[in-house]
Amino acid sequence: MTVWDDVVGQPEAVAALTRAVTVPEAMTHAWLFTGPPGSGRSVAARAFAAALQCPDGGCGTCRECRTALDGTHADVTVVATEGLSIKVAEMRALVQEAALKPSVGRWRVIIVEDADRLTAYSDAPANALLKALEEPTPRTVWILCAPSLEDVIITIRSRSRHVRLRTPPAEDVAALLVRRDGIAPAMAMYAARAAQSHVGLARRLARDEGARIRRRDVIAMPGRIRTIGDAIGAAADLASIADEESTAATTERDAAERTRLMEILGADPSARTQPPHIRSQLGALEKEQKTRATRFGRDVVDRALVDLLSVHRDALALHFGAPVALVNQDSIDVVRQLANGQSPERLLHAMDAIGEARERINANVPPLLALEAMTVTLHQGA
Amino acid sequence: MSPPPVPPLVLISGPEEVLAERARASVVAELRHAAPDLEVIRVEGNTYAAGELVLHTSPSLFGGDKVLVIEGFEEATDALQDDLLSYLAAPEDDVTLVVSHRSGQRGKKVLDTLKKQSARVIDCPAIKSDREKSDFATHEFRRQGRKATPEAVRALVEAVGKDVRELASACGQLVADTDGVIDEVLVEKYHGGKVEASGFRVADAAVAGQTSEALRLLRHAIATGVDPVPIVAVLASQLRQLVKVGSAGRGSSAQLAKELGMAPWQVDKARRVVGGWDAPGLGRAIQAVAAADFEVKGGGRDPVYAVERAVLAITAARHGGAR
Repeated sequence: MTVWDDVVGQPEAVAALTRAVTVPEAMTHAWLFTGPPGSGRSVAARAFAAALQCPDGGCGTCRECRTALDGTHADVTVVATEGLSIKVAEMRALVQEAALKPSVGRWRVIIVEDADRLTAYSDAPANALLKALEEPTPRTVWILCAPSLEDVIITIRSRSRHVRLRTPPAEDVAALLVRRDGIAPAMAMYAARAAQSHVGLARRLARDEGARIRRRDVIAMPGRIRTIGDAIGAAADLASIADEESTAATTERDAAERTRLMEILGADPSARTQPPHIRSQLGALEKEQKTRATRFGRDVVDRALVDLLSVHRDALALHFGAPVALVNQDSIDVVRQLANGQSPERLLHAMDAIGEARERINANVPPLLALEAMTVTLHQGA
Repeated sequence: MSPPPVPPLVLISGPEEVLAERARASVVAELRHAAPDLEVIRVEGNTYAAGELVLHTSPSLFGGDKVLVIEGFEEATDALQDDLLSYLAAPEDDVTLVVSHRSGQRGKKVLDTLKKQSARVIDCPAIKSDREKSDFATHEFRRQGRKATPEAVRALVEAVGKDVRELASACGQLVADTDGVIDEVLVEKYHGGKVEASGFRVADAAVAGQTSEALRLLRHAIATGVDPVPIVAVLASQLRQLVKVGSAGRGSSAQLAKELGMAPWQVDKARRVVGGWDAPGLGRAIQAVAAADFEVKGGGRDPVYAVERAVLAITAARHGGAR
């Protein structure tokens, strides 16, 4: 067993990283891991951190390895955001921390899981990081993760070493699910394929019946749109599913966080109105929770759109008889129906519309409106 | 018959700032009429520090009447409330107390005490709907001994009705500048061409297919400071309602309203307009609005142009224009 076990389908990257651990000349102070969502960027980053801390170069069993993989190692800091962006203040605090010597381990490792979100209003958060990358502290390692090179500013790109992760083969992802999560092989294969090798999503699909049902609903959607009323209704359904999931996922947690904050501040939870200084703290928390909910809702919609995209892609593959594995092998009827009902041109138009909707939602267009424009296109063509 | 003298306690209650200001001014004027060397002391509710009240109300060596005007009592500090309560327990003779309270529960104890001690209560209700604004304008003219036709009042409210203060001063200007009955022509002369356009009016004109009217209103809206973002949002919601109502079939508007989660009047309005639309047209209109929303939020260079194009696309789609 080694720390690299969970890094699936990335032999080249693992080879490069192991070399960096064992050969001092191959090591550097800043790494940029890129790869499509779900390819295991953060898993790879943690594995690398563990390998760096481990006396045996990543045995996967010692204390150093285990704590680093869990994210509890004293010298491994993991930064991830659940909001829309990482703020400049957070980044500055991190840069200060980076200047410290490692306390127990061999390296101080700082993992920024969403380096692409270093963009609140400007590039200020990214620029705050730049100084630290420019004048590296000995024995401090930065590991930045982003979907692609273009997602980080060029000055960061040029100061870090690039490790590209590829989309792992569905078979490898399925094998991981079977081995790590004890999922039945057939289900694991279905989930890996349906999630298009996105490890986290595949795991969710394999374990959550509700997620599977929702996915099936989404991919059956194009067949259900017959009138423009249906189109608007389908868009409203998609948007409301996102809302529901977002509330379901956040309500409880929001309340718990609020109670916790009140306890920390020593506020009386039963008071009808809180004193101003407590109100302002609560307000800040609520604001943060709101951006988290927004992000969550958008992610849900985006996932649904990716699923929708996959059926169209499969239908197109059927049209041309392309010898590729279908994403929706299990719902072949839906795919066939779509392929029979639509010309390749219409399918491509539809895919464009879906892509456009994703882009628009990212640019703050209300999801409902973007989805409506999309479903209307699915209904009557561009 | 002269009006009764101002009692030592006055409460001005209600959110409409213009009316409250007037009430304060008239109370002070009345008092000054009775005592020309009246001393006026103003106190802000949210910056009051303990003890000020005693300082202001204690009798002066030189005598003379005082009026203490407390503004913004709805944000009063606790100290002000405490001090007021103790003052009310033993009021001074030659001091008149005027308390302004916009809304809310803060300071309720003081308000109740004021009422109990038979303070004069002047109500300043909020002026929000067009009807209330018309009543206000009519009253304004009457107060200054002038008559205005209902059409004139309507035109005036349409032109400057967004802000009550502006409406009041517009009335004042018309009264000062002109003679005789104030009619529509006169209002047109002073405020012609100025229209308080909101996103809703733009959207109404657009979905009704009135291209030039919609564009005119849009320009007015932008010129009076309405942001393109809410305009696009309103356009989207109007089109959404059209689609919903158009595909919902028959049934009473109340029932339909419940099913679709809309207000009955919205259903009625959508029904009146939806006749001029067909499904492909609605589809194109929605796509145009979605594109505009993206452009308004940074996807394009000129937000105003994006909205204008969306309005044009909507009216064109309604007429069944070519793709």
